[in-house]
Amino acid sequence: MTKRPQPQTPPSPQPPVGVSPLDELETPVLSLTQLAWRRFRRHKMAVAGVIILILLVAYCTIGALFIPEEYANYTDTGLRLQPPSSEHIFGTDTVGRDIFARTIYGGQISLLIGLTAMLVEIFIGVLVGAISGYFGGWIDSLLMRLTEVVLIIPQIFLLLVMAKFFGGSVPNLTIFGREFSGSVIVIVLIIGLTAWPYTARIVRAQFLSIKESEFILAARATGTSTLDIIFRHILPNSIAPIIVAATLGIANAITLEAYISFLGLGVRPPTATWGNMLEGAYNYIDQGIYWLWLFPGLLILLIVLSINFVGDGLRDALDPRSRAI
Amino acid sequence: MTRYILRRLLQAIPLLFLISLILFIMLQNMGDPLATMGGRTMTRSEDRARLTRQLGLDKPIVIQYLYWLIGNDWTKIDLDGDGVAETPGIRKGVLRGDFGYSLVNRRPAMEVIAERLPNTLLLMLTAEIVIIAGSLLIGIYAALRQYSFVDNLVTALSFIGYSMPIFFVALGLMYIFSVNFKAWGLPYLPTVGMFDPRVGKSFWQVVWHMILPVITIAITSFAANSRYVRSTMLEAMGQDYIRTARSKGIPRRSVVFIHALKNASLPIITVVGLDLPFLLGGAVVTERIFAWPGMGRLFLDHVSRGDTPVVMGILMLIAVAVIIFQIITDIIYAWLDPRIRYT
Repeated sequence: MTKRPQPQTPPSPQPPVGVSPLDELETPVLSLTQLAWRRFRRHKMAVAGVIILILLVAYCTIGALFIPEEYANYTDTGLRLQPPSSEHIFGTDTVGRDIFARTIYGGQISLLIGLTAMLVEIFIGVLVGAISGYFGGWIDSLLMRLTEVVLIIPQIFLLLVMAKFFGGSVPNLTIFGREFSGSVIVIVLIIGLTAWPYTARIVRAQFLSIKESEFILAARATGTSTLDIIFRHILPNSIAPIIVAATLGIANAITLEAYISFLGLGVRPPTATWGNMLEGAYNYIDQGIYWLWLFPGLLILLIVLSINFVGDGLRDALDPRSRAI
Repeated sequence: MTRYILRRLLQAIPLLFLISLILFIMLQNMGDPLATMGGRTMTRSEDRARLTRQLGLDKPIVIQYLYWLIGNDWTKIDLDGDGVAETPGIRKGVLRGDFGYSLVNRRPAMEVIAERLPNTLLLMLTAEIVIIAGSLLIGIYAALRQYSFVDNLVTALSFIGYSMPIFFVALGLMYIFSVNFKAWGLPYLPTVGMFDPRVGKSFWQVVWHMILPVITIAITSFAANSRYVRSTMLEAMGQDYIRTARSKGIPRRSVVFIHALKNASLPIITVVGLDLPFLLGGAVVTERIFAWPGMGRLFLDHVSRGDTPVVMGILMLIAVAVIIFQIITDIIYAWLDPRIRYT
């Protein structure tokens, strides 16, 4: 059985494969992070993904400096369904709001939902997976049954039911001087609450294999507490697949938010997200109105695609042995 | 093997109970089912109270679940609200095959679902056949020409396809093949429904209306599945027995399709078998966009009106389908690969 390298241990002196002799001379010792970065850099699509991601984040943040939020939510029914023009470069929507401005503010919310839902998902997933994998026995079978319960109903159905269940029960919030619709928090919660089983299974598998290794035995022999063994010895060693799962989790959460919002049960207007901007777009498609769905849809595609590329690159870089399809 | 199947089925029972209980509790907060019952006329408050008691909505959640599960014909309900239970219940409960009556149109929930199920199955099975055939074709082709231009193109396209939200595909296809084809005077594809009401429900009408939804579902699934076929085929093609078969002078075609594909099909079957029931759910968005009268749309319509019997019926149907397909996949797996033994 191969032992996983510990993050803090000095790396092996032999140079990594595929490094030019010059690099070898200049950097004789590489930390694990440097090694991972080298592998990541070689993954062309992942680097492209990072660049697109940075551009998209800049689009949502720097764009907001030039266009106030009031403008994004300003409705003028006299200007409804205007095609893209020099004044409204992405056109206007069904109540005359500027789609360009809304994609900027919608992107912020979409990104926020993606990140926070991922955090909820990873938190629950790691907790369940760690407990289940470390302790085993009845607690493991109980938690795994729970995981199955969540996995058996297709996620979209669960999300719709939960969106109805929590819908309207969370008041609007004001964070950083901006008002967020309570539905944003509902969406974050329900995505996190339905997406964790995948993470839990990955973490459990990691824990099952790592807890048998000698350094855990050594830790136990020296009287390390269970909590320390779980969080300071096993968890850091299983961080690679968790990071990959987290990255892909962001993309997944953004897509799911778009699905629920598209079906009208997600984030309520006037708060824009890339998903709810698409809601009802198909009612206008017969009139040849493409700008309602094309721009937010393209942005969703771009961000999900780039995050998936980054996730793929991270998997190659951090966890080269587990090559997925 | 029989013991294994029996054990799996027995394990499924507590799982289904747990799922149904959790879902049932969540469905209680879905809004007032009585609000839409009277139609346009306002329901009188005494009628409301009576309906609430008749439907058992005044009972605690555990009792409601019990009524749903085993019915209430063994007890009496207090219909007039005087504190004396006098009317015998009529519900038989899910365990005896009675899913209750839809609160929206007062018809048996199972009847409402059964009406829509064939439409969903038609769409999903056609899509699944297209997906399997297409991903086998693409995957094998890419595997045989690893790192060629076509292979790289397929890799890139599958990443895009995998990242594409289904509604984006649907709207894009609609815009090109329906709206623009119409504008250009070409034969265009319909965007809504199952058939043109002016023509009637004929075989070709349904086929014609099915093209866009099927392609929409297929495109998003091609990506992951063809990658999967490619990697399992690559693995199989690298095996010793393939080299042996080749060196014996067996034609390449039969080496690929008989020797390699048969062995590569194992993991593919797993993916398909586990995917199949989820297609029932994947249809929600597609059915909504294309106004396809299937179960997904039924679910959306009835979730928004708090119609617990129908919604529970659909969800339990899917849960049972998922569990059964998991077991069937395991059985096929063992049958195809004699090395696998379940105990």
